[in-house]
Amino acid sequence: MVPLSWYLVLSAVLFALGVAGFLFKRNIITIFMSIELMLNAVNLSFVAFSYHWKQIGGHLFVFFVIVVAAAEAAVGLAIILCVFRNRQTLNVDDLETMKL
Amino acid sequence: MSGPLHLWLIPALPLAGFLVNGLLGRRFSKRAVNAVALTAVALSFLWTLRVFAAAGGLTEPHVERYFTWIESGALSVAFSFYLDRLTLVMLLVVTGVGAIIHFYSAGYMAQEGGYYRFFAYLNLFLFFMLVLVLASSYLLMFVGWEGVGLASFLLIGFWFRRPSAARAGNKAFLVNRIGDFGFSLGMFLTFVVFGSLEFQTVFAKAAGASAGVLTVIALFLFLGACGKSAQLPLYVWLPDAMEGPTPVSALIHAATMVTAGVYMVARSAPIFSRAPLAMEVVAAVGLATAFFAATIGLLQTDIKRVLAYSTVSQLGYMFLALGAGGFAAGIFHLVTHAFFKALLFLAAGSVIHALSGEQDLRKMGGLAEKIPITCATFFVGALAIAGAPPLAGFFSKDEILIQAFQRSPLLYAVGVLTAMMTAFYVFRAVFLAFYGVSRVSEEAAHHLHESPALMTVPLMLLAALSAAGGFLPVGQYLEPVFQGAARPAAVSHGLERALMAVSVLAGLAGLTLAWLLYIARPGLADRLAQGAGGLYRLVLNKYYVDEAYGVVLVRPIVAVSTHLLWRAIDAALIDGAVNLVGRRSVGAGDLLRRVQSGNIRSYAGWVVLGAIGLAAGMGVLLVR
Repeated sequence: MVPLSWYLVLSAVLFALGVAGFLFKRNIITIFMSIELMLNAVNLSFVAFSYHWKQIGGHLFVFFVIVVAAAEAAVGLAIILCVFRNRQTLNVDDLETMKL
Repeated sequence: MSGPLHLWLIPALPLAGFLVNGLLGRRFSKRAVNAVALTAVALSFLWTLRVFAAAGGLTEPHVERYFTWIESGALSVAFSFYLDRLTLVMLLVVTGVGAIIHFYSAGYMAQEGGYYRFFAYLNLFLFFMLVLVLASSYLLMFVGWEGVGLASFLLIGFWFRRPSAARAGNKAFLVNRIGDFGFSLGMFLTFVVFGSLEFQTVFAKAAGASAGVLTVIALFLFLGACGKSAQLPLYVWLPDAMEGPTPVSALIHAATMVTAGVYMVARSAPIFSRAPLAMEVVAAVGLATAFFAATIGLLQTDIKRVLAYSTVSQLGYMFLALGAGGFAAGIFHLVTHAFFKALLFLAAGSVIHALSGEQDLRKMGGLAEKIPITCATFFVGALAIAGAPPLAGFFSKDEILIQAFQRSPLLYAVGVLTAMMTAFYVFRAVFLAFYGVSRVSEEAAHHLHESPALMTVPLMLLAALSAAGGFLPVGQYLEPVFQGAARPAAVSHGLERALMAVSVLAGLAGLTLAWLLYIARPGLADRLAQGAGGLYRLVLNKYYVDEAYGVVLVRPIVAVSTHLLWRAIDAALIDGAVNLVGRRSVGAGDLLRRVQSGNIRSYAGWVVLGAIGLAAGMGVLLVR
């Protein structure tokens, strides 16, 4: 049986990758994917803990997170589409003002 | 006495007059302003007469309680009015003389701007004065006390565009503040010692209190009286108060307000009469003031200032009487003085009116034929103040001198000397103004005219009162009020006659001297003045008291206020601290502004750093 710590380490590595991608990538779609990665890293540790402690709470939270992530993906991709239509760019460094 | 007396009506009527004229008077015609102000005062006087008719014979104080004013811990003060014979005498004087002067003012002020303002203030003054007189506790009395001070300030500075008037108003207010401070301390101490400020409670408990405590209370209260009643060393505001319109000088600064101190001390007789040391102080200050002010009055050239110093001097007489234990005699003199000093002031006002505003005695002379009614009434007033029998001043002054004689012959001697000087300076004014050669400027002589009936009738009324006021049995009437106070034993009939003769002779001597110097031998006065040299200049300049106060008190206070309190503490320390905080906030904001770059990834970086910091902190805590 795989010990809990392995899952946690994997989760931490995935989360750190997500953070790194969020911080260092310029493409807004890549940043968006990094956010998804962080969410799923957290999901992984939820599931691992839930299995380890034999409790249903972690699973419940994962479902919530998946639902929220799906909604967020829908809204976020729509925003990205709008931004691209207006600015003709996906580079976040060019998007630092709120003015259109 | 049946049913309530509705004492509240007496002050409420002038208050109503003040509110109506003060709020709406700007739109009223002069006739309407007159109607409101004069009706209010006249009705107030009539109601006082009704109260007097209904309750004049009362021997025990009658208290009308309206509502609880302040209820806080041990302090409970009711809003109630206190009526006894002393209150009644004061009420009659204040409303009676007040009404006469209101009518006179309608004539005197007819040509002045700010007409409604004047009458509104005058009514306001009467309201506060009546509250002061009717109050049943020291606190309510203090309300009236401060209120009359306010009205006095407003009326002294009535011609506020004149810098000297504005300054005189400020001076009166500031000097009175010193006295009020004493009054407040006296009140606090009264409350601490007796647990109440109501007259009846305090006076009942005063019988059992120690003389030391009573002396301290009495001295504090007397300090208040010194401020309001212009006694040494706080008299300096009264002569300057003559900047106000003449009817104001007559009503406030001669007949009523300045006697508030005398009234207060007489009201507190149960306290004062058990504090022998305080009584000595009252008598000494009164006598010193009477003498000192009379000497200054000898050489003043402004007709109103002569009368102002005379007022200070006569107030000193009243305090001399109070201090000698003759409370009734002091109040008697207060009453007669209200008559003849109001008369003198109003007559002086009529002279000033006739001469188109001239107040300098050196520019008058020979007016007797031109303005006969004014001259005759002024003459009656002068005779009354000089103590000529059987006019009002003779009786009241005599009673005071008898009291003083029983106390000590020295008090008596100085009192008689002062009486002589009083006769001299008042007749000096009479002779300089009304007799001898005319020194009136041509311009003024051209307009010279007797005053209208609205002014001369009040003069004649007051002249009648000044002539006959001495027969009012004020002394006997007040006996029940001052029963508790120790009264000096009566003197023998022969001695009384002798003392009377001496004071009449003193008055006569003063009159003769004035006649000699200013009518019979004009020029002699100047030669005497040159002969006296330094002494003459000293008295002419009022002993340089104002200058001395300026150097010793005013300038150091102004210097400390400017350099220490204002520039060092207020501007540098307090403002500096506030400004420093402000500037530092701006600087900190300038630094923090750089964090808000608008770059999302830098924000995210901060979030990560924060999270790492938080995790590290928690880790450290957990490891421990």
